[in-house]
Amino acid sequence: MSRLRKGAAGPAEPPADAGPMVKAEQVHKSFGRLEVLKGIDLEVMPGEVMCVIGPSGSGKSTFLRCINHLEKINAGRLWVNGHLVGYRQSGGKLYELRDREVAAQRREIGMVFQRFNLFPHMTALENVMEAPVRVKRQPKQQAREKALALLDRVGLGDKAQSYPAQLSGGQQQRVAIARALAMEPALMLFDEPTSALDPELVGEVLEVMKQLAVDGMTMVVVTHEMGFAREVGDSLVFMDGGVVVEKGAPREVLANPQHPRTQDFLSKVL
Amino acid sequence: MTVDNDVVEPGRPPEAIKAVPVRHPGRWVAAAVILVLVAMFVHFLFTSDALDWAEQRKYMFSDPVLKGVRNTLWLTLAAMVGGVALGIVLALMRLSANPLLSGVAWVYLWFFRGTPLYTQLLIWGAIGSLFPTVGIGVPFGPEFDTWKTQELVNAAMAASLGLILNEAAYMAEIVRAGILSVDEGQQEAASALGMSRLQTMRRIVLPQAMRVIVPPTGNEAISMLKNTSLVAAVPYAELTFTAQTIYASTYKIIPMLVMACLWYLVISSVMMVGQYYLERYYSKGTSKGARERRRLPFMGGGAP
Ligand SMILES: Nc1ncnc2c1ncn2[C@@H]1O[C@H](COP(=O)(O)OP(=O)(O)O)[C@@H](O)[C@H]1O
Ligand SMILES: [Mg+2]
Repeated sequence: MSRLRKGAAGPAEPPADAGPMVKAEQVHKSFGRLEVLKGIDLEVMPGEVMCVIGPSGSGKSTFLRCINHLEKINAGRLWVNGHLVGYRQSGGKLYELRDREVAAQRREIGMVFQRFNLFPHMTALENVMEAPVRVKRQPKQQAREKALALLDRVGLGDKAQSYPAQLSGGQQQRVAIARALAMEPALMLFDEPTSALDPELVGEVLEVMKQLAVDGMTMVVVTHEMGFAREVGDSLVFMDGGVVVEKGAPREVLANPQHPRTQDFLSKVL
Repeated sequence: MTVDNDVVEPGRPPEAIKAVPVRHPGRWVAAAVILVLVAMFVHFLFTSDALDWAEQRKYMFSDPVLKGVRNTLWLTLAAMVGGVALGIVLALMRLSANPLLSGVAWVYLWFFRGTPLYTQLLIWGAIGSLFPTVGIGVPFGPEFDTWKTQELVNAAMAASLGLILNEAAYMAEIVRAGILSVDEGQQEAASALGMSRLQTMRRIVLPQAMRVIVPPTGNEAISMLKNTSLVAAVPYAELTFTAQTIYASTYKIIPMLVMACLWYLVISSVMMVGQYYLERYYSKGTSKGARERRRLPFMGGGAP
C-alpha cells in the first residue's frame, strides 16, 4: 500500500541528496554504573516517520532525550540535521556547547511527552505562544495569530482560553503538540504520546500525528500503538536492553519478526 | 434467580425520614460556660481601671506612636522584600550543582537559623565594635577608602539589615521547597522548547512555585510584623519600643501595651486580607483556583 503522504500537498520533498535528519553512531549512555544505551546506530531521513517499540526500561525514552540533549551521551556520535548534538568539533577535538547554543539546537527539535507537561498556569494559547515570544522574540500579535492557527489545526480553536486543568488528556496532548509545532521544528520527537490517555481519547491524538506525517514532518515516535506504526510509520525499530534488535518496514517487522526477542515481545503486545 | 421486589417504583419517592435527633447536652453546658466567661471579660474591659482607655486614646494617634507605627511598617516591608529577594538567591544557590555555592548557602542558613534573632539584633546594634571600619580595596591588600562602621550603619540600617539577613534564611527554605514542588517535567518541557535556564526559572518554575511559596510567606510577613518589636535590641524606635518609652515616664504600663497590641492587630488583619488575594492570584490554572474565586475574603488568609 502506498503511503498516505505520497501526493499530499506537504512541504517540498527534500532533495534526494539531503543527509539524514538524525544520525546516531554507536551512542552509549550510562546513569552511574547502569548502562542504558549500549551502542545505538540509527538514521532517520527527512520526512521519515520512525516508530520505536520495545519493552519498558529498554532505553527508548533515554534515546529520545539524547537526541535533543536533555541527556548527555557518554560515547558515540549523534547528529541532528547535520549538526553534532551538544558539541562542536574542531581540530579533532570536541568542545561542549554553551547552554545558549544547546538551547538554539533544541529549537530545531519539538518534543511531546507522555505526561503532556503543559504549563498549568498558562492558558492553551499562552502555552503555545510562550516559546515563540520568549525564545524567538516574535511580536506578541504575530505569535498569537500563529498560535490560534495551530490550535485550530489540532482541532482546539475553541479551547484557546482554557487552562490545562480544564482540558481532557487528549486535548492537553494536542495542545502540547501545537506548542512544539509553534517553534517550527524540523524534527518532532514523541515519547509514548498516548500512553497516559484513556482509550477513547487515543484516537484524536493519533489523528493529529497522522496529519503531521502526511504534511511531511520528520518524526521519531516511541509508541505502543501498533496500528499507528503499521499505518503511518515508514520504519519500525525494536529496542531491547539498550540496543536496536531489529529494524525494518513496519508491516514486515510486525507480521514477520526475524529476531526471537522481537517475536517474544510482539506475541505479548499484539 | 428471582426479581428483587423491594426496588422502589419510579415516580413514587420513598417517604422522607422523620427521626428524633440525638441530643447533645454537653454542648449546651459548654456553650453556657463560654457565654459566662465572655460576659465576665466584656465586663472587665469596660470597668477595669488598669486598662485606662482614656490614656490609650490620648496616645493612640500621638506623634511618637504614629512614628513608631510607621517605623514598624517600613521595617516589616523592608525585611520581607529584602528577605524574599535574598532568600531566592540563597535557594537557587542551595539547589545549584556547584558544591561551593550550595555549601556557602548551607552555612548561611546554619548560622542564621541556629542563633536567636534577638541576639543577632544585639550584635547589629554593636556592629561598630565587631568591624570598627569598612573600606573598599584589594582583599588582604591596601584599602582605597575607609569609613567608620558606627557612622555608616545607623540604627535604622542595623535594624533592617538584621531582620533581612535573618528572614532570608527562612525564606530560602520556603522558596527551595516551592521550587522542588514543581514537577520536573516542567523544566524539561521548557528546555525542550529552547528556553534558557533563567527564562525557565522566571516564566515556568517560579510562578508555579509561588502557589507553595505564598501561604508560608504570608505567615512569615505576619510573624515579621511582630518580630520587628525585637529591634528594641538595636535600639530602634518602632511601635513597642515607643510604647515602652512612653510608659517609662507615665508608669501606665498596661494601657500602652494594650494600645500597641491594638495597632498590631489592625495591621495584621489588613495583611491577612492581602494574603488572601495573593494566594488567589497564584492559584491560577488549578481547579482550587477556580473554586476559591467564589469565596469571601474573610474566610481566606493564614493563621497569624
Ligand atoms: N535519570 C535517570 N537516572 C537513572 N536511571 C535512569 C534515568 N533515566 C532512566 N533511567 C533508567 O534507564 C533505563 C531505561 O529507561 P527509559 O529510557 O526510560 O526506558 P523506556 O523509555 O524504554 O521504558 C531504566 O532502567 C531507567 O530506570
Ligand atoms: Mg519511556
